[in-house]
Amino acid sequence: MKRTLLTVTLLAGSISLAACSSNSAKNRTAAELPPPPASSTTTTPPPPPSGPAAGSQADFVASVQSDTIHFDTDRYNVDAQSQTILQSQAQWLARYPMKRVTIEGHCDERGTRDYNIALGERRANAAKNYLVSLGVDASRISTVSYGKERPIALGSDEAAWAQNRRAVTVTVQ
Amino acid sequence: MKRISSALLGVLLAGLGAGSAIAQQQTLPASNAPQAAPTTAAPDDGGLTGSVTGEGAWQDLGVAIPAFPTDNAVPTAADGGNTAALGKNLARVVYNDLKNNGLFKPTGPDALPGIGYQEVAAPNFSGWRARSAEMLVQGFVRAAADGRLTVGCYLYDVGLGSELARQGYVVQPGDWRRAAHKCADMVYSRLSGESPFFDSKIAYIAETGPKDHRRKQLAIMDSDGANHRFITNGQATALTPRYSPDYQQIAYLSYLNGNPRIYVYDIGSGTQHLVLQSRNPTFAPRWSPDGKSLLFSMAIGGNTDIYRIPATGGEPVRLTNTPGINVGGSYSPDGKRIVFESDRSGSQQVYVMNADGADQKRISFFGGRAATPEWSPRGDQIAFTCICGNLRVAVMNPSGGDMRFLTNSWQDEAPTWSPNGRIVQFFRTEKNTGHTSIWQVDLTGLNERKLNTPVDASDPAWGPVLP
Repeated sequence: MKRTLLTVTLLAGSISLAACSSNSAKNRTAAELPPPPASSTTTTPPPPPSGPAAGSQADFVASVQSDTIHFDTDRYNVDAQSQTILQSQAQWLARYPMKRVTIEGHCDERGTRDYNIALGERRANAAKNYLVSLGVDASRISTVSYGKERPIALGSDEAAWAQNRRAVTVTVQ
Repeated sequence: MKRISSALLGVLLAGLGAGSAIAQQQTLPASNAPQAAPTTAAPDDGGLTGSVTGEGAWQDLGVAIPAFPTDNAVPTAADGGNTAALGKNLARVVYNDLKNNGLFKPTGPDALPGIGYQEVAAPNFSGWRARSAEMLVQGFVRAAADGRLTVGCYLYDVGLGSELARQGYVVQPGDWRRAAHKCADMVYSRLSGESPFFDSKIAYIAETGPKDHRRKQLAIMDSDGANHRFITNGQATALTPRYSPDYQQIAYLSYLNGNPRIYVYDIGSGTQHLVLQSRNPTFAPRWSPDGKSLLFSMAIGGNTDIYRIPATGGEPVRLTNTPGINVGGSYSPDGKRIVFESDRSGSQQVYVMNADGADQKRISFFGGRAATPEWSPRGDQIAFTCICGNLRVAVMNPSGGDMRFLTNSWQDEAPTWSPNGRIVQFFRTEKNTGHTSIWQVDLTGLNERKLNTPVDASDPAWGPVLP
């Protein structure tokens, strides 16, 4: 399993060419991915000795491409860029099999409150499902939706809304 | 059914008293003015088609409301300290109810001469005619030995020199405003032909703090903003409250313990319970008209459906079962149907189903998205949020026809009806700053105004008229 997960990061380019809808992303399994190049096992260096404590939230943030993926307006599909990010998260989770995470789903302010709670939950679940498809045990991932209650970008424009439509993976310490 | 003590929750106000004391009706002596026929010209229109488009002539009636005299100025625990000062405050509340809602052309006690106690039931019509008053509201207040207050309210037609209506109320001193609201309701109902609405309350969310760290507290107030109280202290984000029909409980969403769940807060005891123990988020609570059950939405694996559950807890019954987001829900006044929101067609739209979940059909076809539908207490209209460019409050009939916008601002959402179905409240969000405030607008689209709240405010939920 670990070998496969390591491979996935390298294949980001080819995956993004095949940018797929959330539904197909959900169904994608590690087995469907192309075989790994020979050099795959050398591409992920261990964390530097002076860095954050192994397995900590700081280590997670330093190790993964990003703790956050973004979504289009009123959408919850995991796009190619998000897939690469989640692959890096899956890789970290494979390295620390005892670690659990919570995925927080968020929306922009341009929706109604109840619906946004449902939509945030859907986004968090889309991220979770993708991690599970990469081999992360579902029991290690919980989800919570904050709807439009916790924006990080404070403006009322497209750029701010794009930042706020997100799912953030947080390690449970 | 998990009960949590209010102390643990940091609930600020345990034991507000078990609801409101009933404003006991008191039979009043007739005035010496001749009685008008018991019905006014206001028709029982049975629908809004005729009445919303044009203002009734009653809107222009000049109504004089002098201070309510007392037979004996004695100390009282009600505002004013003694019954004479209280009498002026009572008339002020009646005046402000009418004035702030754009009803009639009222003149209040601060702009009128006082009247004697004996004059209440024997009005000086010629004097009021000289002041060009068309309608006259005269009342009195008396304190009993046990402190209870009797408030009388008479409505006269000055031109005809006749009495149109009278009511008396016996209230505890702490409920003195309710007597004034009942009086304003009597005046409004008699002159407009509409059902009363002033003697009612609003639950809402009080907001403070910066946009990315909003503190959101459950709060309640009377329909005129008085008797404001915070219920929760804001440590856990509170959202989307709904008063039970008897005002004894409030269902709302709380992030207590980190996850969004619906709680029912009991006002009398200051305790609350989780409606459903679940690993899944529960949100968007809505009471049935009889107060016995709640609709709620629950997301399982990212898929949200609407359920019904006894308000005291129990087994949930699933009402929708489609992929996507089915959320919200609002009963028709007879409890037989439910209007709700679903994105099963690809975007948020409004649907209607039977109360058991059967016969689900989409009714909104306007372009844009349609969300947060709320069935009018009169049954003839559905208010909703139109997400069409900006967010705007609109109404349509239960078949989806006759859609009309009531507001036109950057972001107005979450309509709630006045008890008589004539006014819609909603909340408005300011672009960039994220400041929120509660507003209301008539079904005519007129008389839009902001409610005064101590801090920013959202998610208003207007309850029924108190008994």
